Amino acid sequence: MVYCFTSDVSGNTEYFLYDVESGSLHSVDKSAYLVAKQKYSSPTDEEFLSYGLLPKSEIEEIEAELCELEKQGVLNSPATVYNLGCTGEIKALCLHICHDCNLRCPYCFAKDGTYNTPKDYMTFEVGAAAIDFLIEKSKSRHNLEVDFFGGEPLMNMGVVKRIVEYANEKVKEAGKSIHFTMTTNGVLLSEENRRWLNDNMFNVVISIDGRPEVHDKLRVTPNHKGCQALVLENAKEFRKIRGDKSYYIRGTFTANNLDFSKDVLYLNDEGFDQISVEPVVLPQSDPLAIKEEDMDRVLAEYDVLAKEYIKRRKTDKWFNFFHFMIDLKQGPCVYKRLRGCGAGNEYVAVTPTGDIYPCHQFAGQTEYKMGSVLDRTFDTEAQKRFAECTVYTKKGCSECVAKYYCSGGCNANAVHFSGDINTPYKEACAMMRKRFLTSLAIYAAENSEK
Amino acid sequence: MKHVKTITNCSMKKNGGCGECQSSCQV
Repeated sequence: MVYCFTSDVSGNTEYFLYDVESGSLHSVDKSAYLVAKQKYSSPTDEEFLSYGLLPKSEIEEIEAELCELEKQGVLNSPATVYNLGCTGEIKALCLHICHDCNLRCPYCFAKDGTYNTPKDYMTFEVGAAAIDFLIEKSKSRHNLEVDFFGGEPLMNMGVVKRIVEYANEKVKEAGKSIHFTMTTNGVLLSEENRRWLNDNMFNVVISIDGRPEVHDKLRVTPNHKGCQALVLENAKEFRKIRGDKSYYIRGTFTANNLDFSKDVLYLNDEGFDQISVEPVVLPQSDPLAIKEEDMDRVLAEYDVLAKEYIKRRKTDKWFNFFHFMIDLKQGPCVYKRLRGCGAGNEYVAVTPTGDIYPCHQFAGQTEYKMGSVLDRTFDTEAQKRFAECTVYTKKGCSECVAKYYCSGGCNANAVHFSGDINTPYKEACAMMRKRFLTSLAIYAAENSEK
Repeated sequence: MKHVKTITNCSMKKNGGCGECQSSCQV
């Protein structure tokens, strides 16, 4: 499958051919683009007319070049179907350390951090049982991961510290390796917490939506007060001690700020170089939702961001944008690309009561409960069903240009907004495709100049 | 080639499946 597309993020209109199966990217001139569109795709009426005006000798010359690329296996390369299977191994846990929060963000999928369940705090005993479960279920896997999530995990910091100490000890006994990560709203990111997180966390994600007026409109305390100034200051102090270690400043954009590129650039101006600002996922009826009629504006905003992104990455304001990250030199194996995040299969979430769910976004939905770390029950049939959700089973994915970088999208979003795990959420698909193609154009712009 | 410049080729690792790489979330 060859995908022909254009982009102007470099400042000029550029023409590209992307070979989906091999992952090869080619920059072409306009004539070659017209010939390729005729050969591999469906040209528009205008493109068809332009193609008809090309000299026959030029068409033959281009076709010979395309034929040579096909022989090299980097254009129109054939699809291969893989048998993925299910090993039953689990390598990653999301620990819901606390079903409570000190903020009341209206767009939060966790509903004030409670997941529509009674407020609850994980005990050390439940956390230790979850670690034991992970080590047992990881079987031959060596690299394990535990993410401290909420609610707001800093509200239960004493238990976090005890679990980390316990896990390090148990993992060492098992001869394995473990990485810890945490996602926090940053309100309680005191100097003591900053130092401990810096020493013990492989990655720390701090939630800031961007400009003060954007953040403070939605990320509010129970008394409806904004918290941007406090969180920004805490995050800046954390950034100072973080050095080269992994962190992200992560925001959400809603219908309130469809000009979200300004929030990304604001965060960069404030001194951060690892940034993600992501679309809210809400029912179309919600006033904060990205509506179908907003999509053209949102997709255009990614172009606005990309143009400035290319410029800044040549200066001392270099930064990385999560959704423009792309690895075209190798990246993970095709197995990983076809299955994606592994929710419900190799990654599960554990609630404060010890219940196991396919991922953090399914927590509290009892029909998706997979077992408990306390009584050591685990539904391996449900695990197999999640393992079978791949690019091959999801509607529309097999023919999508982004399939090896999207992996069929988020299972939870599919269930929540399409009602079926194998029917991707279409607004997310449109944004994913746009970000993917923009990332290819950014990669080409940066690598053509070298 | 006169009309085509290859930016990158054959990036897709076709074997593998050990599962030891870092977890991903919206790959």
